[in-house]
Amino acid sequence: MEIILSIILVFMILGAIYALYARDLLSALISCGIVGYGLVICFLLLQAPDLAIVQIVVETITLLIMIAVVLDSSREELKEKKVVGTKLSHFRKWYVMNVILVIVCLVVLLYFFKEVTSTLDPLGKHLTRMSTAYIENAAEKTGSANLVTGVLFDFRGYDTLGEATILFTAVIGVLAILRAKGKKTNNL
Amino acid sequence: MTVYLLCFVLFLVGLFGVLTKRNIIKIAIGLIIMELSLFMFFALIGYVDNGIAPIIVQEMEKAKFVDPLPQAIVLTAIVIGLATTSMLMAIAIRLYKKYNTFDIRKIANLKG
Repeated sequence: MEIILSIILVFMILGAIYALYARDLLSALISCGIVGYGLVICFLLLQAPDLAIVQIVVETITLLIMIAVVLDSSREELKEKKVVGTKLSHFRKWYVMNVILVIVCLVVLLYFFKEVTSTLDPLGKHLTRMSTAYIENAAEKTGSANLVTGVLFDFRGYDTLGEATILFTAVIGVLAILRAKGKKTNNL
Repeated sequence: MTVYLLCFVLFLVGLFGVLTKRNIIKIAIGLIIMELSLFMFFALIGYVDNGIAPIIVQEMEKAKFVDPLPQAIVLTAIVIGLATTSMLMAIAIRLYKKYNTFDIRKIANLKG
């Protein structure tokens, strides 16, 4: 299980790196889709069918929105400034400094990663502490056969209410930003 | 443990994109990648060996389920991610109409 997940994750990382370095914004978005749809396969392997369904729908809508934006405007990545010959020595001067900084940052990040993951259970050895009650009582208390929807809409209903509020606020925000003209005051 | 490490690397790739890219669309792609790596991390935390998807069927009363709590949280987070992305795209459209570029170095009227 862990090997298959690792292979898919490496594939997703390659897609993410290509998405950041592609010259054409359209191909960058398509390879960003690699990450999203690879995540769908990971969700299916991790026994989360609800997440897989929602992720497919959301990823498709996100890609459609972003492709519409890119096709409506420019597709080219920005041109980087060429390094002039006189600046090359200046670049060399900071070269060692940059490498040292990157190595220090990497060491610090890996140290804290190790600290954090040492408190986690290894993959697959998870103990359901809090959700044990959910698993045992969800069928009688909520009447829902699907435990995820039982948790989402009953035990944690206020979370879902907040989510709906955020969606509504986002719709209002998009409408306010994309409105073509403000209201004319003299035509009232 | 390698899976957690690869998840972290995916997060770092997104963070690198957000910090170094000058194109607004590329920055949005970096944000999306960071988001997706976090969803993956939550789903990994809740996984139980040989567990089945948390849907109750009649015959398997004593079956071992995958933890439903992280899945419920991620389900909320995915939809919120869609909302933030569409908001970001709306702002990108407005900026492109006003400045005719996606370059954040040329969008210089934002002072402060």
